[in-house]
Amino acid sequence: MTPLSYYLIFSALLFSIGFAGAVTRRNAIVVLIGIELMLNAANINFIAFWRFGPNAEAMTGIMFVIFSIAIAAAEAAVGLALIIAIYRHCKTANVDKLDTLQG
Amino acid sequence: MPSEIAFFTFAGLTLISAIAAMTMRNLVYCGLCSAAAFAGIAAIYLQLSAEFVGFAQFLVYVGAIAILIVFTVLLTRGTDIKPTVAIVSRGWIAGVVIAGLVFASISVPVFMSATLWRTAPPEVAAPVEMIGLELMTRYILPLEAIGLLLTVALIGAVVIAMREKPAESIEPEVTDLEENSTPAPRFDVSSLEVKS
Amino acid sequence: MTKLDQIFVSTKHWLVGLAPEMLQSLASILLSIIPIMAVFGGCFAVTTILERKGLGRIQNRFGPNRVGPFGFLQPMADGIKMLTKEDIVPFQSDKVMHFLAPIVLTVPIWLAFSVLPFGRNMVAVDFNAGILFFFAAGAASELAVFMAGWASQNKYSLMGAMRAMAQMISYEVPLVLSAIPVIMIAGSLSLPQIVEAQAGYGAGWFPQWHVFTPWGLAGFGLFLVAATAESNRSPFDLPEGESELIAGFLTEYSGFKYALFFLGEYLGLFAISGLAVTLFLGGWHAPLPILEWLPSWFWFFVKFASLIAAFIWVRGTMPRLRMDQLLNLSWKFLVPLAVLNLFVTAVWHFSSNWQSFGGLAARWLMCGGLLAAAYVLLGRSLSRGQGTPRKYTYAE
Repeated sequence: MTPLSYYLIFSALLFSIGFAGAVTRRNAIVVLIGIELMLNAANINFIAFWRFGPNAEAMTGIMFVIFSIAIAAAEAAVGLALIIAIYRHCKTANVDKLDTLQG
Repeated sequence: MPSEIAFFTFAGLTLISAIAAMTMRNLVYCGLCSAAAFAGIAAIYLQLSAEFVGFAQFLVYVGAIAILIVFTVLLTRGTDIKPTVAIVSRGWIAGVVIAGLVFASISVPVFMSATLWRTAPPEVAAPVEMIGLELMTRYILPLEAIGLLLTVALIGAVVIAMREKPAESIEPEVTDLEENSTPAPRFDVSSLEVKS
Repeated sequence: MTKLDQIFVSTKHWLVGLAPEMLQSLASILLSIIPIMAVFGGCFAVTTILERKGLGRIQNRFGPNRVGPFGFLQPMADGIKMLTKEDIVPFQSDKVMHFLAPIVLTVPIWLAFSVLPFGRNMVAVDFNAGILFFFAAGAASELAVFMAGWASQNKYSLMGAMRAMAQMISYEVPLVLSAIPVIMIAGSLSLPQIVEAQAGYGAGWFPQWHVFTPWGLAGFGLFLVAATAESNRSPFDLPEGESELIAGFLTEYSGFKYALFFLGEYLGLFAISGLAVTLFLGGWHAPLPILEWLPSWFWFFVKFASLIAAFIWVRGTMPRLRMDQLLNLSWKFLVPLAVLNLFVTAVWHFSSNWQSFGGLAARWLMCGGLLAAAYVLLGRSLSRGQGTPRKYTYAE
């Protein structure tokens, strides 16, 4: 059987990849993908701890992930709508160029 | 052993697609690779015997979010679907180093801990009936809140992405062909581009 | 009688028993997959010829009648033609994605068949959340359509793909919403249990299929309309409208890849018809008690074939919609009606102990009246302004 730590290492790797992408990439859409990957990495931890934990029939991990997926859907919809609105306004989706508030 | 093979296959595929999604130059590839990564994560859920969550993950992420991402890529192109300038910000090395540190700070405790190397209890199931009952009893308040949140997000996304009304009302340009006829409201491709 | 009913199941068990101990699970898997692929692959061939014949009949012409007796070997000729044709990949196209798109389209649709119960004990995998699996498998085809349209690097392909995606996303909502009442009443997401919930006969002869209730009838109608749109069939075949988009995302495909798209389209239709039979038409149950001696898989395929025939009929009868009409129909008509149907189903469920004659009549009148009123009101608001003569800007 696969031990629990494999899943934790896997999710840590996924989180770091998403994090690196989110902080380094210039395009807002890729930044959003990175954020989604980080969210998914957290979800994997929830499911893994549910599966390996002593209290599986309480299903707390499952519930958390279901709510998390719903919130991720809402977040992606609003985030992408924001990107489209910003693109219409500034003609770019490059987050480095959106520095109007920097003064 | 079969479960380990499955885990390493899906985990490897997910990680490769995630790296590709974060490093590809072409944004459409980024979107499609992220879809592959989400599908791999759904497979990991199935391997962890969380059936319902796995299917929901696939339905929501591959069926909806990935589609939204590629739609947005196509709607915001025109400038940089295949960017020729650098795709990463200045100082990206710092970002990668911080990400490496994050990974180290999570993985070192995992390697040190003895209790985390245990294997799973043999039989764990999350039948859909139980999930439904839990949602309707213990988690009814979060469920209602999620319903409200989704409604707000739906309306909000529509309002944000709606075309802004231009400040001066633009009359449809009268061409030679329709000089003497009343301009009928019609779908005009050129009006989609808002003058900024 | 039960022997004939279980003939496929017992044959499979017998064949699995012949395999060596080590390979029995593998043999069991293969013996579930191969018959499904063979039967529905055969259905694909038969449906193409019957559809062309039927459309010909509707349009007052013969249809294919040259190859074999009455033209019934036409699918084989078509298959050979498709396989031997040159596979053209446009120079500008994205080669990898152009190659991957038909595969990504076809494979998940095959997966969807694995949860459909084709007869008593005849289901490949009985998932706890089977219907969710079905919809999840169907969700992957949208990305495949996008890949096909984008990889072709052709504006018609891209427009067709965008149309297809907008259409599929819009119609997935009423499709799933119209399936939810069945889950509410059956109390399960497992398709065999949903079929089980429709067993038995009211008053000794009246089949208790979901379609014979007000919410079930409305749900069935909504489901069929949404299913037609989901499988890109006429009158919702705008993504490949040949007169305006020269076949949309299929423009740059030829040879075997085109055949795969064609196959995927028909398999999607079969899968969703199978789901409609399972959810609303009682699955493999016989319509009357005296007909129970016929095997269960026979009844499944009879219902399945009649649904396919209905789809062919609709294709031959209805003109194509306009894009705005298509999206309006989904968001302003089907989705509100499906949400109301959820409420009506709840009313139906909570009035299930009104079993006296007056109670039954009140139950039927209340649920049916609500749905009929909503149907009339929504339909009128949808068709407002449609009756006025159209004004043509350029063509007078």
